[in-house]
Amino acid sequence: NFSEVLKQSNQLSKVSPDGKYMATCVQYRLMVRDINTLQIVHLYSCMDQVMHMEWSADSLFILCAMYKRGLVQVWSLEQPDWHCKIDEGSIGLVSSRWSPDGRHILNTTEFHLRITVWSLCTKSVSYIKYPKACQKGMDFTSDGRYMALAERRECKDYISVFVCDDWHLLRHFESETQDLAGLEWSPNGCVLAVWDSCLEYKMLLYSLDGRLLSSYSAYEWSLGIKSVTWSPSSQFLVIGSYDEKVRILNHITWKKITEFEHPGTISNSKAVVFKEMEKSAVVGRDDLSIHQLTVGNSLFSTQSKYEITQLPTQVPVIKPDLDRANPKIGISAMAFSADNRYLATKNDNMPQSLWVWDMQRLSLLAVLEQTAPVRCFNWDPCRPRLALCTGNTRVYLWSPAGCVSVNVPVEGSFQVQSLFWHCSGNSLILLSKEQLCLCYMDSDDKK
Amino acid sequence: MSPSRLYTPSVMPPQNSFNVTGSFCTVENISECILYINQELSSLGFPPIFRNQDGIRDVDAVVALNNIYDLLQLHRQTVGMMEDLEVDQLKSSSDLHYQHLTNSRLKDQLELSKKENMRLHERERQLETNMKTLQNCLKDAKEEVQRLQGIIASRATQYSHDIKRREREYSKVKERLNQLLIARKDKHGMEVLNYVGRPDGRRCLWKTGKTEARHEGEMYKTLLNEFDNRQRELMMENMELKKVLQQMKREMMAVLNSKNICKKEEKQSNHVDQQTNSDDEENSFKELPGMSCDHAREKLTNSIRQQWRKLKHHVEKLDNQASIVQADDNEEMISKQVHDEETEKLRLEIQQCKEFIQTQQQLLQQQLNTPCDEETGAVLNDCYMLEEKERLKEEWRGFAEQKKNFEMERRNFTEAAIRLGHERKSFEDDRAMWLKHQFLNTSFGDHMKPQCRMTDELSRHSVHEEKNLPISAKVSKSHL
Repeated sequence: NFSEVLKQSNQLSKVSPDGKYMATCVQYRLMVRDINTLQIVHLYSCMDQVMHMEWSADSLFILCAMYKRGLVQVWSLEQPDWHCKIDEGSIGLVSSRWSPDGRHILNTTEFHLRITVWSLCTKSVSYIKYPKACQKGMDFTSDGRYMALAERRECKDYISVFVCDDWHLLRHFESETQDLAGLEWSPNGCVLAVWDSCLEYKMLLYSLDGRLLSSYSAYEWSLGIKSVTWSPSSQFLVIGSYDEKVRILNHITWKKITEFEHPGTISNSKAVVFKEMEKSAVVGRDDLSIHQLTVGNSLFSTQSKYEITQLPTQVPVIKPDLDRANPKIGISAMAFSADNRYLATKNDNMPQSLWVWDMQRLSLLAVLEQTAPVRCFNWDPCRPRLALCTGNTRVYLWSPAGCVSVNVPVEGSFQVQSLFWHCSGNSLILLSKEQLCLCYMDSDDKK
Repeated sequence: MSPSRLYTPSVMPPQNSFNVTGSFCTVENISECILYINQELSSLGFPPIFRNQDGIRDVDAVVALNNIYDLLQLHRQTVGMMEDLEVDQLKSSSDLHYQHLTNSRLKDQLELSKKENMRLHERERQLETNMKTLQNCLKDAKEEVQRLQGIIASRATQYSHDIKRREREYSKVKERLNQLLIARKDKHGMEVLNYVGRPDGRRCLWKTGKTEARHEGEMYKTLLNEFDNRQRELMMENMELKKVLQQMKREMMAVLNSKNICKKEEKQSNHVDQQTNSDDEENSFKELPGMSCDHAREKLTNSIRQQWRKLKHHVEKLDNQASIVQADDNEEMISKQVHDEETEKLRLEIQQCKEFIQTQQQLLQQQLNTPCDEETGAVLNDCYMLEEKERLKEEWRGFAEQKKNFEMERRNFTEAAIRLGHERKSFEDDRAMWLKHQFLNTSFGDHMKPQCRMTDELSRHSVHEEKNLPISAKVSKSHL
């Protein structure tokens, strides 16, 4: 059940946190629509092409950042004529985001010279010096009370913990990393996971008050950590690394409880392997002449469905070029389902496959083999349902009951580049290069 | 002459030189022949065949014959000896031959084994050289690895030093840029229509020491809450696990005890087990859930381990016995299959009984619950008594029959009574007539005695009649 196609640009389309509105940017215009009727409720014009757009946590404000001009404009939903413009001047703007209370905007200037904290409530402006330019240098706790920031002074990594209430520096301690690549709070807000760059496999765990709880290193010399995620219950810390393995640490002892391998040949497993089979419309090879090609698109619309292949089976592997930096090998993306039961992982040298693991049995549950590299996958925030897209005109859904591939019935081709779920789990928002489309789920589980 | 001279080869003349024709002695040279023979014999140690006493050369025949006999014996002996010697010679020559052969064979073998030895030596030498080269290669590879690791380490330090240097430069550049930009007093700021209220509606607070302390306090409170939660969860899990362990221990002990009581061989160990089991039980009941001291924990785990070991031994023993004693009539040790079958049967039986009971209950429930109208009620009620009614009917019938029989008999009796009455009447009439006749016929004198007699008879009769009369009266009364 699909909706009409709407225009957007820069893949900027976000649903408000309360799920009532959807904001879309087209060039310099910001359109806020009602999620149910898709009618435009508000229309705002910004001063330049919008590069980044974000809702505030209470769904009352939207910020639009224009990096080239160094401008941030904030719009209010309650008062459409309220306006706010933040100009960083010649210091430039690299990134901009809301604080969790929805009243402060954190701008990172060019070259990561400083982070400016603008307050919408008061006239105060705070500056944070020496932020680190890394993959993920800033993270807020899920309750929005604390912020962890990675800093680098005199060739050493430091971590600062701020209280988001008044931006008071709570703790400032040196991190034992060589070159901090990222940090992430656990969902319960008490443990901060800090990891080193891929040149060294090192995962450090700090408690909220700055004590080092534990450190974990699986091996040395080879390329290390590629991706990290917490389980929603804070029970597990999952580390994906360049050696194509996923290691799971438990929150009591911070030791590895198991590791998941992504071998090229799957055998001896209870997993189900779903292979996407494409069946093109029956066209003989001789018939494929020019005048056939010009006949509508329906000639090229292929049907695809999933077939279950017998084990043992081979997973298509693309050997990466190891001479280049950041080789396409290793676990680059991992996501937990909302009920903590399933983990989906993607191995970069098997880009067409998505692996789903059962966390209760700590074993492989399913492997989805697509015909094209998987571009984006997301779990339904309410149910154990996974949606993924590979850049073609289909969206794929997996649930423990089975999986299905759905064609996006749109005039012209709609190549699904990315997707995300509505917070109620009732609909999917599909984004192509220039367009977006909503996909409504049936009220009962779509098989 | 000594007998040893008998063995000189000169004694053995060749056989073909026996002259049978007598060319040695002719008629002319008899005496010379005799002399010669005499000489020879004497040289051989025989007595001379003739005596040279008075020039008469007489041959002593006896002596000559003895000498001939002795010569023949001698000859035989020598021939025998010659044969023996020949045999011996043959034997020794064949032995020698055999020895020669074996000698040559052994020499060949020796040659071969020497060659083999040489070959193996050669091979060993080659392998040793191989091994040496490989070891050298390994050493080289190890050295290479170490060298490369050293290179990597040194490069790493070099790179990190370089990076640090560049970072310092970079941060200097950033500082400079920062200063320049700040110095420029660039137009940067926030234009906002009006300030927005805080999301929770409260006013902003001043930053004071108290707020700092408050923040610290809140942070520690969060941490402590989290620790508390976690500890609570772990405690609950721990308690549950302990409960499970206790239960397991109890069940294991129960199983072991029941098994131990059956087995006769283990009476002594049974005693000991019971001792330890009773100790354990005491301890386990004393260990209330919540005891977390190390000693109690260790005791629990140790006792569990003990019980488990015992149970394992027991099961192993049972397995062994089951495998050895296949078809055993021992009622304690039935084969697993039979046991399984029996349990299945029992289960089926239980199931059937349960179903039966259920249906019964259902029917009873239905009976009590269903409200029925009077007719059907009556019918239903009646149908319970049907059997009894039938029986009663049967009995009634029986009674009726009996009644009929009684009736018949009564009728018979009454008829008989009537007949009897009639007969009596007739008998009375006859008697009266007879009496009358008697009275009329006999005299008064004889009246007294016959009367007495008659009165006696009469009385006797009347007694009989009275006896009869009551009966008939009773019968007639009953008839009425």
